[in-house]
Amino acid sequence: MSVARLLSGVHPDRALSWEEHLAIHGEPPSGGALLIDALADAGLRGRGGASFPTGAKLRSVAARRGPRTVLVNGSEGEPMSAKDRVLLRSAPHLVLDGAIAAAEAIGARSIVVAVPRDAPRAIEALNHAAAERGAQRQVEVVPVPVAYLAGEETALIRYLDGAPLKPTTTPPLPFERGLRRRPTLVQNPETLAHLALILRHGPAWFREAGTLGHPGTALITLCGAVARPGVQEIAIGAPLQTAIDNAGGFTDELQGILVGGYHGCWIPASALPNVTLDDEGLAWFGASLAAGVIVALGASACPVQEVASIMSWLESQSAHQCGPCSNGLPAIANELEAIASGRDDGHGLARVERWAGLIMRRGACRLPDGAARFVRSALEVFAVQFSDHARRGPCRACAQSTTLAAA
Amino acid sequence: MSARMKIDPIACSGHGLCAELLPERIELDEWGYPIIDGEPIPYELLAHARAAADACPKLALRLASEERG
Repeated sequence: MSVARLLSGVHPDRALSWEEHLAIHGEPPSGGALLIDALADAGLRGRGGASFPTGAKLRSVAARRGPRTVLVNGSEGEPMSAKDRVLLRSAPHLVLDGAIAAAEAIGARSIVVAVPRDAPRAIEALNHAAAERGAQRQVEVVPVPVAYLAGEETALIRYLDGAPLKPTTTPPLPFERGLRRRPTLVQNPETLAHLALILRHGPAWFREAGTLGHPGTALITLCGAVARPGVQEIAIGAPLQTAIDNAGGFTDELQGILVGGYHGCWIPASALPNVTLDDEGLAWFGASLAAGVIVALGASACPVQEVASIMSWLESQSAHQCGPCSNGLPAIANELEAIASGRDDGHGLARVERWAGLIMRRGACRLPDGAARFVRSALEVFAVQFSDHARRGPCRACAQSTTLAAA
Repeated sequence: MSARMKIDPIACSGHGLCAELLPERIELDEWGYPIIDGEPIPYELLAHARAAADACPKLALRLASEERG
């Protein structure tokens, strides 16, 4: 069974109009500063990947002096995630409700919405929605590059300020000095949509779905070996099997589950009955729901080849600013490539393991940490497949093209 | 008050002087970039820690007191 809060009443092929939005959700009430307490009571955490408590984030920006800004980070740098662009093109008013209410609560006047260039429907829907409600002057929609680092808030802010899309050293964090050097509230579109509903219905209503520690519903992008891959809304804490059933079931025997996308963690197929979609449940497997990307890897795919090609892509996304990342990612990617193609010298896996440990927490952004987590969990879950490739070279499944890698 | 070594990973270009001046807290990885031990700097190492921070040609290393993070 699926639930529908954010996706309530949406159409597959067009955005909800202002009138339709009001008919479904009602007028957005004015929350003001009280909204911040409501968010804390609701236990809403950011849905962009880092799960930072939303109320605390608003409070930290509200406490700063001078003009403040809201930046809606819809850049969705994770290649397998589609939930933010689907939300923006289906229910743009809900996200704008949230952004406008957040701006009011922290005393910000301007709202910038960053949307990837390859999501023209989301861009159009937002511009149209802003015009429909007469908010064109307050809301600026900016198309941004399709890149992993567009999701990194400091890189995005730097780009929007006219510099290259590369992360900056923190501190200062965006709440201290962000867009145009102003204190900036950076929020993911889904987070703001939840905020808009908490404003209407209150924290207790929000907590009617989800778990005590991880309340609410969540948008997930389920892809891979399922009949109907795509975005769905689930109650947090729902069994993964429920999401699989919502997507029409598996199309292949399950070989492994990737939770969290390219910076996520692999979970063995045998764990499927025990996987629930909430942070406490996923913590058993070293994973977290993060931005809600879930991939079912079928038995006909080669995990070694898939992991190697994702690592090559991640390496291509490095800004090459920090030594450990700009040396470590290519080293890991090349070594995995060698293992996948049977050119291993017998010590490759140990080197990959060591390098993955070496790059953790040593970059300005989270790209190397995510890559390290991804590759380490792959070596654990697919230990047999990796050592088979290291010793014997490509397997039969290697002849197929990869199914998970970004173009 | 305790102090720890903090590095700006973007500014650092791997000169490696810091590891020579403060081997008790800093070693180099195989690409020549410092791996900082985040433990507090004891009093007897403070002078060496300051020297390491001052020697960095990129001003990427600093001795941060606890209060300032």
